Amino acid sequence: MTLAGILSQLLQIAVAIALAPILVGWVNQCRALLQGKRPPPLLVPYRTIRKLFAKDAVVAGNASPIFRVTPYVVFGAMCCAAAIVPSLATALPFATAADAIALVGLFALARVFTALAAMDVGTSFGSLGARREMFVGFLAEPALLMVLFTASLISGSTSLPTIVDTLAHRELAIYPSLAFAGVAFTMVSLAENARIPVDNPATHLELTMIHEATLLEYSARHLALIEWASALKLFNYSCIGLALFVPFGIAEGTSGLAILAAAPVLVAKLAAGGAVLALIETVSAKLRIFRAPEFLGTAFLLAVLGMLVKLLLGS
Amino acid sequence: MAPTPIGFQLINLLAAILLLLAFAMLAQRRVVSLIDLFAWQGAVLAASTAVVAYTTAQPHLYASTILTVLLKVLALPWLLYRMVKRLDVHWEFETLINIPATMLIGIVLVVFSFSLTLPVSELASTVTHATLGIALASVMLSFLMMITRRKAIPQVIGFLAMENGLFFAATSATYGMPMVVELGIALDVLVAVLILGVFFFQIREQFDSLDLRHLERLKEGD
Repeated sequence: MTLAGILSQLLQIAVAIALAPILVGWVNQCRALLQGKRPPPLLVPYRTIRKLFAKDAVVAGNASPIFRVTPYVVFGAMCCAAAIVPSLATALPFATAADAIALVGLFALARVFTALAAMDVGTSFGSLGARREMFVGFLAEPALLMVLFTASLISGSTSLPTIVDTLAHRELAIYPSLAFAGVAFTMVSLAENARIPVDNPATHLELTMIHEATLLEYSARHLALIEWASALKLFNYSCIGLALFVPFGIAEGTSGLAILAAAPVLVAKLAAGGAVLALIETVSAKLRIFRAPEFLGTAFLLAVLGMLVKLLLGS
Repeated sequence: MAPTPIGFQLINLLAAILLLLAFAMLAQRRVVSLIDLFAWQGAVLAASTAVVAYTTAQPHLYASTILTVLLKVLALPWLLYRMVKRLDVHWEFETLINIPATMLIGIVLVVFSFSLTLPVSELASTVTHATLGIALASVMLSFLMMITRRKAIPQVIGFLAMENGLFFAATSATYGMPMVVELGIALDVLVAVLILGVFFFQIREQFDSLDLRHLERLKEGD
């Protein structure tokens, strides 16, 4: 582990934490534009976070330590994930510590704590949200794993940097397996990030909430951390998608120049990805919750088909 | 991995799309969309046949491409549309097993047919041998669709989709059948659809419904 490696690792985490709220702001801007509304400023998520940090936290009297710990656990898990996902560079010292499966585990850890905290206070909406969140999660996770397995099968390793290196250096060709996996991954990311076909991030109606319902009891710095963690989750998922399906322009060494060159590419790819996300959210309607299994079942099917096609056709 | 020519990549891609369409048909609830999907399947089949014809320089496959386009993309969907219109059926049909479960059975079938054809396609010398598994899988999925649907029209579409799968198997395993056989099958399918269309009207006249459960009772009154 060299000093340059550690530096690039720290830089990547810092970039992820800094860029995540901006990505959310960008998606909101794109969506507003597509819906013919006046777009909110790009930095609104930052302002919200700053506002929340300045407030006094209110915690329910019967809340257990789990409730207080959860925001930090969730934020920490997302930072860990940001350290593993090769967004700027692939030669990350921390990335060898955990592979793609551990990454899914990190996301699951955050989800379990969110659900526990939501049920902790004992409000009905909290436990309703927790149950729905777990319901969506348990359907989305196998599909996500299958997508990652398809990519691992191609590169022969579950370590994310190796996968990205292999995918970036193949000759240009049509890969039906990756196309299937890409569509499946998009569907899973929509579900996991509480986006429109499955959940509505902007809803104020408790009965239709999934993810938001788990956060109803949080305020001030706890809420700020959780919001920031959600933004980081979206950022991480975008980076996984970009690393797997558009793996070009990611720095391979730890030299500062390569990382500097990778940064604008990453920003451009994220901007394009965010615009696509906004487009998907604009053209689709929210599904009834009991349609979610069909939506995620299709994602799972596509991911499995991708893997099978890879096994049979070798492409 | 050795670079493969663009033609084989295209065949693989089209085979993958064919598999996807088979699953889409399995999941489809509405009859008009089902016919659309069937037409798309025919179009993909024609495209793949044309690509095989081009990459392997088999001129007689161009003829079967044209035949596929005429019959499976234009004639049969048109006949089915007309039938649906005259029978006035636009309902969402219920399936015997719910759709996610059908999909899971479908995945099992795909795995089964892939493992079944793996030794066969290793022996085969044709360049398209790998797609044999997909052809068998789409035949199996069409079978499954015929089994899980209760109404007459989806069953007929399943039957036609099965023929598509067989045609794809013939193209990928042996670069197509002799022209006489192909023409014979095409004519058979066309006549089958016409006769089944007459059956539909008879079934509906008899039972006021296209539900095939009514056919299970052989004796009148009990």
